[in-house]
Amino acid sequence: MSSGTNSSKHGDTIDVTLKVWRQAGLVDTGRFEVYQQTISTDASFLEMLDQLNEQLNDDGAEPVAFESDCREGICGTCGVMINGRAHGPQKATATCQLHMREFRDGDEIVIEPFRAAGFPVVRDLAVDRSPLDRVIEAGGYISVNTGAASDANLTPVPKVAADMAFDAAACIGCGACVAACPNSAAQLFTSAKIGHLGLLPQGQAERWSRTEAMVETMEEFFGSCTNHGECSEACPKEISLDFIAFMNRDYMKAKVKNRALAGQR
Amino acid sequence: MAQTTEQRYRVAPVRPRGRQWPFPLNLYQSAVGRKWVMAVTGIGLIGFVLVHMVGNLHVYEGPARMYEYAESLRTLGGGLVPTSTILWLMRAGLLSMFVLHLHSAITLSRMSGNASEKATMVSGAKKYEGGRDHVAATYASRTMRWTGPIIALFVLYHLADLTWGWWLGDDFVAGDPYHNVATSLSALPVAILYVVANMALAWHIFHGSWSMFQSLGVNNPRYNHLRRAVATSLAGLILVGNLSFPILTQAGVIDEDGRQCPIGKVEGNACLAEQASEH
Repeated sequence: MSSGTNSSKHGDTIDVTLKVWRQAGLVDTGRFEVYQQTISTDASFLEMLDQLNEQLNDDGAEPVAFESDCREGICGTCGVMINGRAHGPQKATATCQLHMREFRDGDEIVIEPFRAAGFPVVRDLAVDRSPLDRVIEAGGYISVNTGAASDANLTPVPKVAADMAFDAAACIGCGACVAACPNSAAQLFTSAKIGHLGLLPQGQAERWSRTEAMVETMEEFFGSCTNHGECSEACPKEISLDFIAFMNRDYMKAKVKNRALAGQR
Repeated sequence: MAQTTEQRYRVAPVRPRGRQWPFPLNLYQSAVGRKWVMAVTGIGLIGFVLVHMVGNLHVYEGPARMYEYAESLRTLGGGLVPTSTILWLMRAGLLSMFVLHLHSAITLSRMSGNASEKATMVSGAKKYEGGRDHVAATYASRTMRWTGPIIALFVLYHLADLTWGWWLGDDFVAGDPYHNVATSLSALPVAILYVVANMALAWHIFHGSWSMFQSLGVNNPRYNHLRRAVATSLAGLILVGNLSFPILTQAGVIDEDGRQCPIGKVEGNACLAEQASEH
């Protein structure tokens, strides 16, 4: 799993200098503060921040606010910019799964919140990612009959569709794509959601209205994609840029189809 | 639930949705649709650049053949339409593609700037105080906002130079492109300007001709590796072809030492027309 950049042994400790973004609230301008930490290379990045917060607490200072939940890379709650990279230097790794063995003794680590106009900083490293929820609300669902559960495997799903939908469904909605994007575009997130539901038979009923609604809601909050590819590199789940192309294709089809269906809506 | 999402604090949209224009104009209201317009006009403009470059290779066949090429552009359509009609139609198409490409580029980069913290019009991409470590973005993709305006300004200069003849003054002979090219590009500063501008053009096409596949949704994982190859060879072809003109003029390959016809709008062009008719 290690990227092999460091040859640290089990039980080593390193000294690092942290430059952490501190911001009291939405309207505060914010500034960097510098902290020194001696930390085991076996510690995770968030455990390092926990240790810092305990020290700050002991000193009577305000701890650094950051978000985390599952700490096993599947919930999408954590996420900060580490030395100019969303989720830090290790590929396909969320911040919580990043370990201090990826850093060297004496390193300076700059820690900033994910930045975008759609992600206002709530406090320190915690940002409000609710615009991603607005995108989901716009169409990230399918319609099913409730009541008695239907038979398993009642709906045949082609193997390739299942595989691709699964790749898209791996998106944990952490917002790293938006943070890494020089345009603050949310194309990778939105296209993963559209791809996930639009590839499966269960998602066909709302496929065109979903694509149109989700894309247009996304564009209310985020920038415009210029195909840099930074999002996919930053993505802890390695969502492919291919989904963005599929979304662009589906959006154009949707605009034509939804117009054709308009008389029935 | 007593508390609905409407009642809670919400992040305000950066770009609230307005009323939809009638189809198909509403496509241009969305950023994804606007990227389609950019891609389609980009394809048209690359097509023009290619045809323009290939046509200009006639310069290596001498003044008479270059005259013949320029004349045949004006007489496209033969006797069916008045002289220059088709040429002007193509110019109108080219101009509208150019305007649409520019308008969508400017509005989309403003949209991205508004959605990004600390981005300005001058430096469109957003900033992180701790720096931004780019992994996938190429130099070409990050400088589209610089190569674009360079190309636009160059196109204006190029028109003033070889279509309107502003800088050449009395040396400019309408209808004798060989003479105009040889005269203009023999000045070293002009040749350098053409080299720089065409390098910007090739950079721009290198990212643009890859990016357009994504924007148009032309994507098949089996063939995706070919898209980069297409972009590289297109940009390379255009770079080599277009750089050959200023460089070879400076090297003395394109010059008027072996010219048989006099230089001038009346006698000179009549002589060139006669030479061309023997072809």
